[in-house]
Amino acid sequence: MTPLLEVSGVSKRFGGLLAVSDVSFSLGEREILGLIGPNGAGKTTLFNVVNGVYKGDKGTVKFAGEDITKCSPNQVVHLGLARTHQIVKPLQDMTVLENVTVGACFGREYLALKPARKVALEVLERVGLAKSAEMSARSLTIAGKKRLEVARALAARPKLLLLDEVLAGLNPTEITHMIGIVRDIRDSGISVFMIEHVMQAIMSLSDRIVVLSFGQKLAEGRPEEVARDPQVIEAYLGDPDIAEKLKENN
Amino acid sequence: MILRRPVFWLILIFAALMAFIPFHANDVSMREDLILVAIAVILASNLNLMIGYTGYVNFGHIVFYGLGGYVGLYLATVRNWNLVPASLAAGVVVSLFALMLGMGILRLRGAYFALATIGVLLAVQSFVANFDPWGRSTGLYVDFSAYERLGGARHALWMTYFLVIGVMALSMILSLGIKISKFGLGLFAIREDEDAAVVLGVNTTVFKAIIYSVSAFLPAVAGALMFYKNGMIDPSIAFEFMLSLEGIVMLMLGGKGTVVGAALGGGLYEKLRSYLLTSPKLSNFQLVIAGGLLLLVVLFAPGGLIGWLYRLVPRARKVIE
Repeated sequence: MTPLLEVSGVSKRFGGLLAVSDVSFSLGEREILGLIGPNGAGKTTLFNVVNGVYKGDKGTVKFAGEDITKCSPNQVVHLGLARTHQIVKPLQDMTVLENVTVGACFGREYLALKPARKVALEVLERVGLAKSAEMSARSLTIAGKKRLEVARALAARPKLLLLDEVLAGLNPTEITHMIGIVRDIRDSGISVFMIEHVMQAIMSLSDRIVVLSFGQKLAEGRPEEVARDPQVIEAYLGDPDIAEKLKENN
Repeated sequence: MILRRPVFWLILIFAALMAFIPFHANDVSMREDLILVAIAVILASNLNLMIGYTGYVNFGHIVFYGLGGYVGLYLATVRNWNLVPASLAAGVVVSLFALMLGMGILRLRGAYFALATIGVLLAVQSFVANFDPWGRSTGLYVDFSAYERLGGARHALWMTYFLVIGVMALSMILSLGIKISKFGLGLFAIREDEDAAVVLGVNTTVFKAIIYSVSAFLPAVAGALMFYKNGMIDPSIAFEFMLSLEGIVMLMLGGKGTVVGAALGGGLYEKLRSYLLTSPKLSNFQLVIAGGLLLLVVLFAPGGLIGWLYRLVPRARKVIE
């Protein structure tokens, strides 16, 4: 089976900084792939290269069999690859419903206004924002804005959803709710590629995890394998033997 | 559907009254007042497509009006075209010019775009002032006999008046049509956050170029009609920077982003301006008033008159678009 997303040998340089260096991985249908790594590891840059916000210096990105390396973000959405932003970007002076309608109108199916509004209402129901549909996006709480990001991306009816830290800044109840939403998304047949710092959540959600550190892929595998990988532990904690030492001390 | 919008019918009634009342009263000075109001509404409405809908401040919007005047007058006088086809051709030519120009300068954002539009205005003005076929700095004149073809000067003046009123109604209907369309939704997304709009799938490059070009069409047609009516055009009256700035004041005063607001601001400001210009004590004072007005609006009512109305009566949002 060909993977849905195939990233091979991607590099991105900003001046003297090699933000992403020769990273390759793939993602299958109906899979949740986690992307973790210390701050500044290049996770968001990798997302930006995948969805076309940045053009990679090297390497190729293939999505659903098509080469999207040179595509712009709006073209990528029509092919079925939608994303959310780590720093939320609501369309402030528009209502929540209008925000999501934009996602549906210019998404994969390029819907007309009326059907787009219908899709938007469905999606809002799904993420639990239906009651706020007529509110202006500006007045949502941070948790609401994160859900709005997800709703807008979902309204595009994507095959693959890139989620950039949708749990950051949420309280435990909100996190539980959002995890439910992500599971529900996957169960509806959409693949998910997500960056997350909330370890417990990403460990329980992901089928596989890719670890980035200083722009390079450090490890890839199932969550429990990755968590035991000495290189990963070193990247996060600075000492590969720290786990052993902690055990001994206990 | 646009026909189901109350504002659509309001626009038609408003335009019909504006056309009928001076004609019925056979009041020429009222007609001359109202034609200026109509021009102000046309300029403010089309500027609104850029500033209010797309979030791109165009300081050089008047360039479309002036160029339209030149192309129209050139075709009507030198090439002996009829007024209506000449005006439409002016609209098409200027729109195409804007489309090409837009592809270039719309890569700029925020203040840089605004600066570029001033550059465009100055560049076009000095080009025209040195362009031989358009009479350099002396400009073009309409030979009086040209009006004979339209059934005499008196008839021609009324005809251009009705045409300008028609263009005014079209400007407002165009604003309304775009506002309630999918295209408009994409523009609003660009206004709110262009980066987010791209990621949501809006082809911002194309959308911006199209709206820039569309916002040029009716002002160019109006320019052709108006300068034909006036009988002459030269670079300093065609590309008056002050009028460009006043267009922004009109828009802010009425309420940017709304169909009625742009028209209301245009109409009110033009009334105020002509009062100030003709009053012996206050003449040449209108720019001071314009500046003060702009400051007050920006500071205390950023949504303009219509924004203020929305705050007082939230339900008005559904009717007064």
